[in-house]
Amino acid sequence: MKKSVFFGALTVAGLMAGASAAATLDDVKARGSLNCGVTTGVPGFAEPDADGVWKGFDVAVCRAVAAAVLGDGSAVTFVPTTGKTRFTALASGEIDMLARNTTWTFSRDVDLKFEFVGVNYYDGQGFMVPAELGVSSATELDGATVCIQTGTTTELNLADFFRSNGMSYEPVPIETGAEAVQQFTAGACDVYTTDRSALAAQRANFDTPSDYVVLPEIVSKEPLGPLVRHGDNEWGDIVRWTLNALITAEELGVTAANAGDIAGSSNNPEVKRLLGAEGSLGEMLGLDAEWAKRAIMVEGNYGEVFENNIGEGTQIALPRGVNAKWTDGGLIYSPPFR
Amino acid sequence: MTTITEPSGSDSTGAFKLSMLLNDTRYRALTFQFIALVAIIAAMAFIGGNLVRNLAEAGLNISYDFLGTQAGYDINQQPIPFESTDTHGRAAIVGLMNTLIVAFLACVSATVIGVIAGVLRLSPNWLVRKIMSFYVEIFRNVPVLIWILIIFSVLINATPSPRDFRGENPAASMWFFDSFAITNRGMYMPKPEFGPGAWFVVLAFVASIIGIFALRRYARNELFDKGRVVPILWPSVALFFVPVILVQLIMGSPISLEYPALKGFNFQGGMGLRGSLIALWFALAIYTGAFIAENVRAGILAVSKGQTEAAGALGMRPGRIMSLVVLPQALRVIIPPLISQYLNITKNSSLAIAVGYMDLTGTLGGITLLQTGRAIEAVLMLMMFYLIISLGISFFMNIYNNAMKLKER
Ligand SMILES: N[C@@H](CCC(=O)N[C@@H](CS)C(=O)NCC(=O)O)C(=O)O
Repeated sequence: MKKSVFFGALTVAGLMAGASAAATLDDVKARGSLNCGVTTGVPGFAEPDADGVWKGFDVAVCRAVAAAVLGDGSAVTFVPTTGKTRFTALASGEIDMLARNTTWTFSRDVDLKFEFVGVNYYDGQGFMVPAELGVSSATELDGATVCIQTGTTTELNLADFFRSNGMSYEPVPIETGAEAVQQFTAGACDVYTTDRSALAAQRANFDTPSDYVVLPEIVSKEPLGPLVRHGDNEWGDIVRWTLNALITAEELGVTAANAGDIAGSSNNPEVKRLLGAEGSLGEMLGLDAEWAKRAIMVEGNYGEVFENNIGEGTQIALPRGVNAKWTDGGLIYSPPFR
Repeated sequence: MTTITEPSGSDSTGAFKLSMLLNDTRYRALTFQFIALVAIIAAMAFIGGNLVRNLAEAGLNISYDFLGTQAGYDINQQPIPFESTDTHGRAAIVGLMNTLIVAFLACVSATVIGVIAGVLRLSPNWLVRKIMSFYVEIFRNVPVLIWILIIFSVLINATPSPRDFRGENPAASMWFFDSFAITNRGMYMPKPEFGPGAWFVVLAFVASIIGIFALRRYARNELFDKGRVVPILWPSVALFFVPVILVQLIMGSPISLEYPALKGFNFQGGMGLRGSLIALWFALAIYTGAFIAENVRAGILAVSKGQTEAAGALGMRPGRIMSLVVLPQALRVIIPPLISQYLNITKNSSLAIAVGYMDLTGTLGGITLLQTGRAIEAVLMLMMFYLIISLGISFFMNIYNNAMKLKER
């Protein structure tokens, strides 16, 4: 572990200049596949299915970018990263983008020098406890043993929350989400804390989800979104506008099923611009005219991606809540395509 | 170059020609060493220069300022008090102390396990011998990380959780008159509380220890000078316990015990050993113990059989032959590889994060590195710390080795 960090650090140093100067787009095209960093496995967000094909809410963003850039949503090499390895992987150029429920924070943006291209899930940190503990609020957790993933914002929020409430706790730092769940269900800790979306996703996968409750408190803001390295703005634009294309598509009623022909039938100019029937947005990005159409056709618009992976129809059953599109009173909003 | 050193002629003796650097065996080795040295320095300078240049180009700089900034995270095992408002530097110190704690515990227990297993591997008893070689083979041949994980998961799955101790008819109960509790969070035991006058008891204890050593020295002198065997075991035990207990009773029990009790989520009060520490300690000890057992066995086999037979002929019992004749000589063979086993324990303790034990790698090389993004600085510091610990261990073990070495008089 020590070694890998060291070599990681060396690679950061070694490759940084090369990675930030060269155009990531050219690298991706030359390679013919997109290296996309994801989690080591969170149900609904990023997890290989029974056939080993990566599926999930974050995975869909990777596939959309691959479709926009390479014309093929399956031309993605998924690189599983932990809370500890994700930033080194991105900074060193091992991955082209990171789509791994990563919180957009000041220091990650400014100090670690990453560019968050947007938010695909507005989240907050929550707590999960076994129902038999009889705890109904996070303020009753004084003295509890808490499982957390290291290298996350979770760790810092947790310290702040307990300190500001004058409570003590015993942190159990763990490297991956899967191990954390394992220790939590084995009873090695009283409380498991992370982003509420991940809590819901992992709880849905427990043998008996009803034995565990998620407490009502939300102790932080966790805007989760895809990110790229500082310094290659063209590449940042491509990832940003691919995400925006999915969001705009939902707003305009463009779906995976109709994206192929709606450009001809629709008389909404923004639909035509989005799908490349009018204007030259694709060209400005350094891509072809139909980039957004391909991105949408992989797994559908933002709403479809949400519903199919983590929505109420799935086992995870997350409500749209604040992640509804802005016209429905939510926060999901894209700048206009013009 | 055509010149070949000629032993005769006008310029014969001592005159140095440049070509001799290559052609003369007296200088050739030096020449090549020098070239190699220059090449290594050049390579290092190239790599270092590259690092600095690339960092500068990426807008990064090497700076240790982060050590003075607020850490923001909490640490479970704190040999010195630590809060999330303390600095990253202090977090690194706490981690360092945790590394030293587990390394020390594991080194001591690995040695005990290793010596016992090593001696027993040569036991005349077939069953004991086989069991010990089974132990050595199975522990030596499975990676230590796997052992850490196995032991940890056995610990958390086989022991009751604190809430099992609760209620009218609890599923689990404490041991030894409600003073010990073994849970899946760790082991909780009474802690001595030092009241006024406690130092009399401590004094009595120190005096007992000195007394025991004096007794042993006296016994040895009697044995060597007069050939008289003075019993030491039972008198030592008595010396160890009786004075302390007497003083404690006379002074009206100045040292009391604070018992752990279930409060809220977990046991509070008393002394606690975290499950993570126990698992890591135990795994490192039993894994490295298997290697040490082999060193011990090799050391014993290196002592010629004639020694054992001669001692036997003098009428010594087998236990004494081992402890007085064979082991002292075997130590000379055992100590040098033992040093590297101690170094291995220290380095392997960096796997601590697997069980959530916050050692140096977990704090400085883990959370601090991730939260500040200062990978190069943190890793350099980490390397320096481990280097210093390892050199320290080597230094002290070498002193011990020199003390044990065959002294030619
Ligand atoms: N949003 C937080 C936490 C992200 C995080 O690590 N979430 C966990 C939740 S379980 C995860 O994705 N784990 C999966 C893994 O370890 O691969 C951050 O960016 O620091």
